Amino acid sequence: MQIELKLNGRSCKADISPDMRLFDFVRQQGCASVKCGCETSNCGLCTVWLDGTPVLSCSVLAVRANGKEVTTLEGLQAEAAEFGAFLADEGAEQCGYCSPGFIMNVLAMVRELKDPTEQEIQTYLAGNLCRCSGYQGQLRAIHRYLQTKQEASHE
Amino acid sequence: MFSAKQYLLAQSLEEAYTANQKRTATIVGGMCWLKMGNRQIQTLIDLSGLELDKITQTEDGFSIGAMVSLHELETNTLLNQAFDNVFKQGLSPIVGVQFRNCATIGGSVWGRFGFSDVIAILLALDAQVELYPSGVISLQEFLKMPYDNQILVRILLKNQIQSVAVQSHRNSATDFPVVVTVAAALPNGSLRLVVGARPQKAVLVEQNLKLNSSAEEVKTQLAQTIEQISFASNMRAGADYRRHLANVLLNRAITQLKEGENHAN
Amino acid sequence: MNKYVSTPVRKRDAMSLVTGQPVYTSDLLPAHCLTVKLLRSPHASAVIKNIRTETAKKVPGIACILTWEDVPNVRFTQAGQTYPEPSPYDRLILDRRIRCEGDPIAIVAGETQQAVDTALRLIKVEYEVLEPLLDFTKALDNPILVHPEDDFKALCDVGADNKRNLCSCGINQDGDIEAELADCDIVIDQTYHTLSNSQAMMETFRTFTQLDAFGRLQVTSSTQVPFHVRRILSNALQIPKNRIRVIKPRIGGGFGAKQSAVSEVFPAIVTLKTGRPAVIEYTRTESMTNGSPRHEMQIHIRLGADKDGTIRAIDLHTLSNAGAYGEHGPTTVGLSGHKSIPLYGSVQSYRFQWDVVYTNTMSGGAYRGYGATQGIFALESAVNELAAKLNIDPTVLRSKNMVKQGKVMPAYYGEMLNSCTLDKCMEKAKAMIEWDKKYPAQQLDNGHIRSVGVAMAMQGSAIANVDIGSAEIRLTDEGFYILLIGATDMGTGCDTILAQIAADCLDCDLEHITVQGVDTDVSPYDCGSYASSTTYLTGMAVIKTCEEIRAKILSQGAAMLNCEQENAEFDGAVVRNLKDGTSVALSEIGYVSLSGKYPVVQACVSHTSPVSPPPFMVGIAEIDLDPETGKVELVDYAAAVDCGTVINTNLARVQTEGGLVQAIGMTLTENIQYTKKGNLINHSFMQYKIPTRLDVGRIQVEFESSYEPTGPFGAKSIGELVINTPAPAITNAIYNATGLNFRSLPITSEQIAMGLLKKQTNG
Repeated sequence: MQIELKLNGRSCKADISPDMRLFDFVRQQGCASVKCGCETSNCGLCTVWLDGTPVLSCSVLAVRANGKEVTTLEGLQAEAAEFGAFLADEGAEQCGYCSPGFIMNVLAMVRELKDPTEQEIQTYLAGNLCRCSGYQGQLRAIHRYLQTKQEASHE
Repeated sequence: MFSAKQYLLAQSLEEAYTANQKRTATIVGGMCWLKMGNRQIQTLIDLSGLELDKITQTEDGFSIGAMVSLHELETNTLLNQAFDNVFKQGLSPIVGVQFRNCATIGGSVWGRFGFSDVIAILLALDAQVELYPSGVISLQEFLKMPYDNQILVRILLKNQIQSVAVQSHRNSATDFPVVVTVAAALPNGSLRLVVGARPQKAVLVEQNLKLNSSAEEVKTQLAQTIEQISFASNMRAGADYRRHLANVLLNRAITQLKEGENHAN
Repeated sequence: MNKYVSTPVRKRDAMSLVTGQPVYTSDLLPAHCLTVKLLRSPHASAVIKNIRTETAKKVPGIACILTWEDVPNVRFTQAGQTYPEPSPYDRLILDRRIRCEGDPIAIVAGETQQAVDTALRLIKVEYEVLEPLLDFTKALDNPILVHPEDDFKALCDVGADNKRNLCSCGINQDGDIEAELADCDIVIDQTYHTLSNSQAMMETFRTFTQLDAFGRLQVTSSTQVPFHVRRILSNALQIPKNRIRVIKPRIGGGFGAKQSAVSEVFPAIVTLKTGRPAVIEYTRTESMTNGSPRHEMQIHIRLGADKDGTIRAIDLHTLSNAGAYGEHGPTTVGLSGHKSIPLYGSVQSYRFQWDVVYTNTMSGGAYRGYGATQGIFALESAVNELAAKLNIDPTVLRSKNMVKQGKVMPAYYGEMLNSCTLDKCMEKAKAMIEWDKKYPAQQLDNGHIRSVGVAMAMQGSAIANVDIGSAEIRLTDEGFYILLIGATDMGTGCDTILAQIAADCLDCDLEHITVQGVDTDVSPYDCGSYASSTTYLTGMAVIKTCEEIRAKILSQGAAMLNCEQENAEFDGAVVRNLKDGTSVALSEIGYVSLSGKYPVVQACVSHTSPVSPPPFMVGIAEIDLDPETGKVELVDYAAAVDCGTVINTNLARVQTEGGLVQAIGMTLTENIQYTKKGNLINHSFMQYKIPTRLDVGRIQVEFESSYEPTGPFGAKSIGELVINTPAPAITNAIYNATGLNFRSLPITSEQIAMGLLKKQTNG
């Protein structure tokens, strides 16, 4: 069946099978940043935005993206590099496999929550698993990123 | 992952209902649960086009479309103001925000799963379920019904609750609850108490406690009534521990209600 | 002065990873790659009576279906170890006999996933289902044999006897243990049990294979051991090693899982049979059911001491569950004794015995800590029980007995301890957590209990005399260097760490060192990244290689300047004639070295170590325990680590934090359970709960660096060490909160709450 949507700002038409997952669709479209880490909606690796809302692309039918806007890390390269630099400066990206999904959700959080507390940050990101870092370096990176953004907005 | 040959974006409830009469058809809600099976499905029926993704205030409460996501329930200001933030507190421990953006209230309620935090909360709030075509019934009744080929359209809530509190225990954050309990106080001071994840379906706890019953009374009566409820064991915990937890958590939920009451006074 | 060593240099690949570049195995697939999937056994023990694939083969798009009749009938091991491997050769690619749930029955390759899925459903298998042997405490000499076959083969003398379900056994001792124990005032005699754990690296096992232009098998795989994979494939497929090339791209975590060649053989045999590129990507369930998890162990300890707290004797027996196959079985068990007992320098006599048995449960492998984790949980728990019995503060008891620098360690292969700051680690960790203020526990107003608990740990740094690290450095015509290594960066950052070492040795900017990851056709031989060997061993190889290439640069520079070498100096940028001040730049030396007038400036040196210097640490957990629900929340974890010199301060810290969190999962939530028929219940992230960020509390890490004379810049290892303290430390904190001793992991809130209720009832 035919779908038509915006993927990272670019119009995109495709003929897909009705049971295709959005995950398979975006990877087929060259968005290799999107990873799959489980079959049970638990890991957060496949996080993309659907009309700006973070969702698990493994748990969304591609057909449901019809007429909508899909964003992956490929469409947020400048922001990924900006936040990613804080992660890199902690050494907290480690194997990097969870980084794209994690960063997609961090960037969604920044848009959804205003001045989040540490508890709010940890709760918002609880669905992003990481087995390398122990999460501490990720949290340090987020704090520094938010602080830098706040300082920039005051200038 | 399931496989499916056709996709139907229903234009009306009637169309969805008609298509759903085939055994090989299925309604896709949030897909979080459906995707974990390997069913071979002929037709996927999608209710996304029926404007069922809205929470609206009615004369005496709220109408929640079946396609409303759990995260929307959790963040909807009016709904949470009306019900002591019980959705915010009760749903935020479920997996993660991306998951809750996918999972829908319709899917959660239709599944009638024992582990459901959503059902436990809605049962304490005495929610009603609007089905197509048979109409509105209480959630309590709905939980007893066999799975049929109707369409779950909306969940209806009435402003008949004074205060409500949820308490759950999880072996680790974001996991299914080992036990979830909810206590709600009605305007006349009587209590509606729910125990879920026994691990079977949530049930109402029979009791005649009042919000102003003494802590001692609450403790004694709960100990007795919870003894009457059946609990079972699974990979997450044994029946005895669940019974013990139900007791502890319900006491805490009631204490929370009382503290809220004192605070308000 | 070091410019890069002991600084927090950013990982060289960091920005590629955080911007989601296509650098992992599945991102690099060749066009028209066949999808490979496995039909797996639903039974834990069975024999295939009949298997019919005709209908499945007719599905459009199916390229090949292989069964036990189509694979070489020669047993091999998929353990990534130096040849001859201690792990028995007990496996076929596909076997008629099924030894655990998920054992492969058929390999199906096709053009699309859908075609393969359809074909998988159409294969008809008739099984003779056998009673499985599931209880590893009953496996030895059980009438049910897991490996009854006659072609079972152990290359090394590890005490294997497949007719007794024995994968390995042995004994190692010093002194008269019975006499020593008999003479002790007090003996703690207890048995401890740890379950299997899944590494749960985010990238599951995956491999793609193709034929290169010369018809050789080219394997791109998410592996920690590319050179071992080459040999394993050669053994399994019965083709010469020179027909195989293995490439490691970026990999999404390993933690030891990828020290076994779990997924490589399947697409490889498809490519050999069809000539087509082929890929296999394990699902999470496959990774968890048929991966290479931590060995379940039961450890019996008799710990003898005097009333004053002097620990005199340790008698330790480990029973390890190999599961269905013996990968890493004979070696992991060794660490349960050899890397726990030496923590106590006061010990006069010890005995360490072990049995490793086969069962019809999932087959074990290498997981960070590699047996030391299990042994240290048992011994450190026993020491905490001793402290409680003697009413001595467990930190004080340890300070009295711990091993000290300069001591010869009989239980550690007789090695001399050249570097150790365990005593300082203890003081540091106590200060970090304010032990003296908090020990043992305090009651909070909300009814909860705050308590603390302690443990020590050690590990090794590479396997002495066995592991080999190598490095090759080439000077290019523009005066920058190419560093070729066979050690595998699996996210840990060794590509960066080794470049830091090289840059300091060569007095150049880090940007002037290009690091090339592993390709067995190009990289110098290295056993791979495991056994805490990379920084320590390959790091030394880098230093030696730098020394050699510096000598060559100096030699050529001096020749170009027409002076004696003694009168020339290389400062990293130029070679200078000390007599007349003339100089020649490195770029010129590089350029001219390729002109044919001089020897090419490159060096390749390998390194092995006769010792395996242990890193040490102390971990202290502070918990908040809700006695009514039994819930344990980690409040704080203080880790003081002696890994020798810290080469990269950021990466060492994150290694520590990551290892601690994995162990928190092992201690509290990662709970492997089987059905009565031997089917694994916890085979997904839904049922096997690794810690989320809400489960771990605050973690503090400090370094108390010793200087290890045999390590690069004084460094020892860190990667594995850091997983060993949380289990005994948290267990100790739970005891200090409740008075309950838990000797089996994980410790669930149910066990705690019900244990407390029972204690109340019993008064």
